[in-house]
Amino acid sequence: MIALSRLFRATAFKLTLAILALSAIGSGVVLGVVAWQVIKVVDEETAQTIDAEANGLAEQFNQGGIRRLGAAILARSREPGPTIYLLTDAAGQPLAGNIAQLPPGALDNEGFIDTPYALTEGEPHPRRALARVFALPGGFHLLIGHDLGDRARIGGVMIHALAWSLIFLAGVAALGALFVTRRVLKRIDAMNNSARAIMAGDLAQRLPVSGSADELDRLAEGLNEMLGRIADLMSGLKEVSDNIAHDLRTPLTRLRNHAEDALRVDGEAANYRAALERTIEESDGLIRIFDALLLIARAEAGAAQTGGQNFDVGAVVSGLAELYEPVAEERGFALTAQVEPDLTISGNRELIGQAVANLVDNALKYGAAEENGGVNAVSLAARREGTNIVIEVADQGPGVAQSDRERVFDRFVRLEGSRSRPGSGLGLSLAAAASRMHCGRITLADNAPGLRVIVTLPASGAAP
Amino acid sequence: MRILIIEDDRDAAAYLVKAFREAGHSPDHAADGVTGYDLAHEGGYDVAIVDRMLPKMDGLSLISALRAQGNETPVLILSALGQVDDRVKGLRAGGDDYLAKPYAFSELLARVEALARRRPKGAPEETVYRLGDLKLDRLSHKVTRGAEEIVLQPREFRLLEYLLQNAGKVVTRTMLLEHVWDYHFDPQTNVIDVHVSRLRAKIDRDFDKPLLHTVRGAGYMIRDSA
Repeated sequence: MIALSRLFRATAFKLTLAILALSAIGSGVVLGVVAWQVIKVVDEETAQTIDAEANGLAEQFNQGGIRRLGAAILARSREPGPTIYLLTDAAGQPLAGNIAQLPPGALDNEGFIDTPYALTEGEPHPRRALARVFALPGGFHLLIGHDLGDRARIGGVMIHALAWSLIFLAGVAALGALFVTRRVLKRIDAMNNSARAIMAGDLAQRLPVSGSADELDRLAEGLNEMLGRIADLMSGLKEVSDNIAHDLRTPLTRLRNHAEDALRVDGEAANYRAALERTIEESDGLIRIFDALLLIARAEAGAAQTGGQNFDVGAVVSGLAELYEPVAEERGFALTAQVEPDLTISGNRELIGQAVANLVDNALKYGAAEENGGVNAVSLAARREGTNIVIEVADQGPGVAQSDRERVFDRFVRLEGSRSRPGSGLGLSLAAAASRMHCGRITLADNAPGLRVIVTLPASGAAP
Repeated sequence: MRILIIEDDRDAAAYLVKAFREAGHSPDHAADGVTGYDLAHEGGYDVAIVDRMLPKMDGLSLISALRAQGNETPVLILSALGQVDDRVKGLRAGGDDYLAKPYAFSELLARVEALARRRPKGAPEETVYRLGDLKLDRLSHKVTRGAEEIVLQPREFRLLEYLLQNAGKVVTRTMLLEHVWDYHFDPQTNVIDVHVSRLRAKIDRDFDKPLLHTVRGAGYMIRDSA
């Protein structure tokens, strides 16, 4: 029973019913129009027959007056057929004809009338006729008519045909509805089951695709793509939260240790001061990580767009080169910058500045080449390439292995050998997020030797 | 100097009042936007510190309202929203400086003191700064100490200029980064320190009395300690 009620509620079933109703109305209209046309033709023919009879009788009347007409009508009345006649005198008494009964006043007006009549007194079934009434000189009236039994039969045939065709339509539609609905319901149920399984936590489940490339398949494929994307995002989110848990836990633990240490040792004021200073240092580090994470999240959401304005990337790059030059020199690096003029992009100057600063900072931290006997050199460049602006930060250090070049953009990823040095593993993530927010991209390349980070941003006015 | 603190967090406000008092200032506190606006409107404050999110009237509306009334009290916005665009919004609303929470008190103090010493609107800009025997001429871009001319790079000149504008007061590294370089982001390393030590080498090294001092845990200060 439940299955049946489900069937009746199904969209396919309702659609079939609607189509059935529409086709019933359609066939009714078609049959109606045909019946009307046929009846019109029949009526016209009847009128012509009546007129022909009238002409014949008029000739009799003209030749022999009312007597001759009366005789002719008597003669014709005896012949079997659908034609009816009635001749009455001035008092309305019938003189000749084959009609027993007419409604009173039927002969009052000349012209065509559609009237009931009876051939014999007290007939059980009333008959109808299309008739023409003539007023003759001397107060005589003549009625010539034609029985409408044919017309009624045609109407009957039409109604009959309509009824049968409706029954047939209903049968076919019901079968069709059952078939289509069951088929669709089955597939929808399968999809529903998959959806439930996914909601229950089985994110690897996908909606079934029948392979017929119909609209349900297209829907399933679209939803499957969406599910894939959601699964990607979920695993990304999980990774990030795992990382956050780990990477915030470490400095938090250090912070707690310092505080605990200071409490445990009965120390002098100087010791307490030192412990507190380290605590503040650690918490500042935490705040930095937190800020960087927030900035990445906002850049990825594109929310920082409110600061969007035109600015010269070249000026930012040469400004940063100037800012970092003394630090570079202090660390034994040669920092050079080659910047073309007029490199305007639209976006957030601070974010791009932070991104490039992170790259320069990375280069100065990890780009040392001295261990390999090379030269410590970091070169910055900003130039136009077609509709793009390209920023390059290159060092001559150990570089990044091909296999790691995608991974380093993930949050908190720190390559072996860099873990011992200060850093959060967020610098490149932020640079990547900032590039993406400006509809650009960031890639790592081999500087042979060293690492070359290339940020490509669409120039202002170029289509994104 | 009189400081108006408009902050709804009781602990934070109490801490600020205490800390400013210890630093020798006289702070007043308002716990919501409307009270804060009324106090600021009465005038007489050298600086107002306004939290962005306040009950009854938010910080930015408060500042806009003050500015619309012609009140030019320097305002420092304190906000838990530390991002670049929030800063821009705050300054656009009429704020003079912006500091994200959490902050170091030394940073806040330095910024508040720097704000209070802004010259009144319409006052002529000084063209020559003097500190002891150090002289900086903003028109000719010449720096001399005693009889000796000191040659500075353009950025070193801006650095010294900003320090002299705030002579006798602490200037933090972020303040330098913001005012001398116009960057509002984290440079990751001690870039400012290296610039300052370069400047110090030029103006102090060959002279008996140092002028540029490092203030531990806060920043730098240029002063004539005679």
